[in-house]
Amino acid sequence: MTIENSQQGHLQGQPRKYNSMLVTIVTESSLESQLSRELEGLGVQGYTITDARGKGESGSRNAGWDADSNIRVEVICSESMSETIAELLEEKYYPNFAMVMYSHGVFVLRPEKFK
Amino acid sequence: MIEPIILFFVLGITAGLVRAELRLPGPIYDFVSMLLLLTIGLKGGIELAKQPFLILLPQILVVFVMGLILPLIAFPILRQLGKFKRADAASIAAHYGSVSVGTYAVAAAFMETHNIYFEEHMPLLLVVLEVPAILVGIVLAKGLTKETQWGSVAHEVFAGKGVVLLLGGLFIGWIAGSDGLDSIKPLFFDLFKGILALFLLEMGLIAASKISSLHKYGLFLVVFGVGMALLSAVIGTGLGLLLNLSVGGTAMLAILAASASYIAVPAAMRISVPEANPTLSLTASLGITFPFNVLIGIPVYYELAVRAHAIFRA
Repeated sequence: MTIENSQQGHLQGQPRKYNSMLVTIVTESSLESQLSRELEGLGVQGYTITDARGKGESGSRNAGWDADSNIRVEVICSESMSETIAELLEEKYYPNFAMVMYSHGVFVLRPEKFK
Repeated sequence: MIEPIILFFVLGITAGLVRAELRLPGPIYDFVSMLLLLTIGLKGGIELAKQPFLILLPQILVVFVMGLILPLIAFPILRQLGKFKRADAASIAAHYGSVSVGTYAVAAAFMETHNIYFEEHMPLLLVVLEVPAILVGIVLAKGLTKETQWGSVAHEVFAGKGVVLLLGGLFIGWIAGSDGLDSIKPLFFDLFKGILALFLLEMGLIAASKISSLHKYGLFLVVFGVGMALLSAVIGTGLGLLLNLSVGGTAMLAILAASASYIAVPAAMRISVPEANPTLSLTASLGITFPFNVLIGIPVYYELAVRAHAIFRA
């Protein structure tokens, strides 16, 4: 057991309790600025965007150039916010854009930072 | 004599088709295309400084109108003969009304190799032609609804990489003039063809990836990609004659008309007409029209301009 684990009272091999949600969105990079504005509008405190590539229903997206690139947006937020994000994406972007979203619980330090 | 840069394009297509492990890293592609855009802008800017702007106004106006008309011709063809959905037809039409800087760069290299004079302020017309087709495309797809967020469309168009770098280059060239640019000449002007060769290698790879998905969309897209380029070239040649351009300038205008966008328009259409399938328009513009123009079109359009001048100016 590491010092950090023992301080928080967790045993190795046991799932930690989560205190926030991690929402991950993989989508077309052309959406980057629009999506960032949208998330900020919802009141998300922060997000991380990385370039991504892969293959899916919309074909191979190998990031060779702008129109073929993907991004991965990660947002740490509260459970209710993750639902709000999911609803917005499903209604506004899922019909016409290559997009995948998934979320799961994560343990973060300073959870009050992520609303 | 075959332009070596064309061979780089052929190499890219071949490597792509045999699925070679080859890819220009994203940031390098960005860098290479930035250099090309800036160089083209700078060259145009130097020439702009030499002549009063007012003389160019009729040309700007005519080219703008050409940008409005080309998608209006393409749209009914795509709708009636191609049986495309409205949004798809509008989006493809916008691609063909706008312009490809890559094709322009290859054409400029062609003119240089063959010592053909053309009006060097052509990059200004290139910028002008980028915009109108996008507006027409959006209106064709959606009509004039309030739903369209014209603010973000304008931002996408005018703050896009292409327009900013071309206009920026024009501006810097215009202010600094030919002598002022001497110190940066080695990077931008002397390396132009080498940079273009790398760019074409990557374009070949991209074109190959589009060509391999061509079979899904049938013969019509192929016929349209070539036919629309030829038709637009004839219109461009006619307008070149009307504007009293030189033979080289007329050929350049034909090439601008014949080329199809693959940077500015896809980005703008994705945001404003998301229901249009981007694969369709990019397959047409990159898989068919770009290779056709680069490999066959440019010398053909030049020949067309030569003959048109011989007939109508005799």
